[in-house]
Amino acid sequence: MFLLPSLIGVLLFFAAPFVVVIFYSLIDNPIRMNFVGLKNFVNVWNNAAFKQAGINTLKFSMVAVPLAVVLSLFLAAVMESRIPGKSYFRTFFLSPLMVPIASVVLIWQVLFNYNGLVNDFLAGFGIAKTDFLKSDKAMVVIIALFLWKNLGYNMILFMAALASIPKDLLEVAALEHASKYQIFWYIKVRYMSSTILFVAIMSLINSFKVFREVYLMTGDHPYETLYMLQHFMNNTFASLDYQKLSAAAIIMFIVVSALVFVMLKVENRFGRDVEG
Amino acid sequence: MDRNMRPLLRKYKRKKRIDDFKTVIVTTAAIVFAIIFLMPIILTITNSFMSASEIASNYGSIFATTEKGGKVFVSNKVNLKLIPDMITFAQYIAVLFKSPQYLLKFWNSVFYTIPIVVVQLTIAALSAYGFSRYESKAKKIIFFSYIIIMLMPYQVTLVPNFLVSKALGLYGTKWAILLPGFFSPFAVYLLTKFMRRIPTEVMEAARVDGANEWMIFSRINLPLCKGGLASIAILLFFDYWNMVEQPLILLPDSDMHPLSVFLSRINTGEISLAFAVAVIYLIPPLLIFLYGEDYLVEGISYQGGIKG
Repeated sequence: MFLLPSLIGVLLFFAAPFVVVIFYSLIDNPIRMNFVGLKNFVNVWNNAAFKQAGINTLKFSMVAVPLAVVLSLFLAAVMESRIPGKSYFRTFFLSPLMVPIASVVLIWQVLFNYNGLVNDFLAGFGIAKTDFLKSDKAMVVIIALFLWKNLGYNMILFMAALASIPKDLLEVAALEHASKYQIFWYIKVRYMSSTILFVAIMSLINSFKVFREVYLMTGDHPYETLYMLQHFMNNTFASLDYQKLSAAAIIMFIVVSALVFVMLKVENRFGRDVEG
Repeated sequence: MDRNMRPLLRKYKRKKRIDDFKTVIVTTAAIVFAIIFLMPIILTITNSFMSASEIASNYGSIFATTEKGGKVFVSNKVNLKLIPDMITFAQYIAVLFKSPQYLLKFWNSVFYTIPIVVVQLTIAALSAYGFSRYESKAKKIIFFSYIIIMLMPYQVTLVPNFLVSKALGLYGTKWAILLPGFFSPFAVYLLTKFMRRIPTEVMEAARVDGANEWMIFSRINLPLCKGGLASIAILLFFDYWNMVEQPLILLPDSDMHPLSVFLSRINTGEISLAFAVAVIYLIPPLLIFLYGEDYLVEGISYQGGIKG
């Protein structure tokens, strides 16, 4: 009974239309409705823009997700050690989470402009200036923005996980002369494996959303290395090509599901013996 | 002091020195990170107090080049300054009283975000109670499909949303944004995790005392989840205050866009205003963040572990 309102809404706005999406992806157009099998999928798959967008998004995820996991784990470790003013640091690291991307885009543009601060800084080391947003280095800017926004959130997740490791286990390990390195790898990482997985999945999901940052920085038609899947979708929405949209959405649905599934399997294998 | 203690004491002192040294290193690292994290926010705020001419002379070259898109050679360096030469509220006055379009977009943001937070939370509270109270095979499957929907990026979920809003004639109205927001499963997922931690004994005791389901829900479950509700409300607020994808696709009329989308279009011409608008847009989440940071941290902490 209590489930009813939510169930109706989810069915109406997510589940039922998704069935329609599957239907659309298999027909030639909404009026004639001829069954064409996998033709739409093949078309989308061979579409140059889709490929470019897919490769860019994948490249971004491959770099940004591991960086997000490692750096936020590092921040959590920093927060766990003995430093003064811990609660202030927590506030500082978490603060980008609340900032709407639109509010900092201006400063970001100033920092990474051809004449911007970052180039001036690099010039101090004798590195030639680059126009970040219009070069192959554009990705670096977006990754920086992505990490800036997401690290604090991941850090909190890791801090919670570190705090939940049984203290007696760590004490026993210390008594048995386990080195810090051993304690970290064999106990902490083990116990945190489900959190590491969760952070990785969330970072992956968020990395698919990075269009937001790119759009606000560079608009509808960015430099080609920044052309993301959502740009492709936006442009396809504009042309109202339902078949293409549906097929693209389903391809992405399958890819994301597969990635999440693989990560769950990996975690099952790795963290099996510590789960309660 | 006992003679035998001396070497021990020396050893202790040396260890303490190493520890102190480590603390210094780690603290320095933390400070460097903190500066990097805070810089963009602080710069935005201080820049909003600069006069139009100061902004133009500092960044004129940047936004002149991006505007034309070509490579205009600019000799004067960009002058990123932390402290304005002269503090002025001129930009704020201009935004608040002379350029109503920004204020309008600000209210758009408010009227999208607040209803979504309130309604999504209400619906989620009901269904989280349903999910956490009695277990069944069907519920498990439904809950799992909620998680799948939650994990899908906009590229996937916006296509169904788009089709529904077209079919129901909502496309281009604010309902196209609001309704999918109301029923988004994120809050359901998180709140269910909160409610599962409430011991069933409490609810059983209430039942024995004659409380019906609704009373258990409203008098016992909800009050026990106050912290959870607050933290999810904060997370939802940040998320929807920052939304970009949905309005771009579901609202063809840019007058209806929230400020989060509109802000990026100010660049040309009114660059000095943009900083003030950015700060105004930052204020509501900033206040919520400062006031509710502990709830926020608690809410995020609960999220860990998808299977949990």
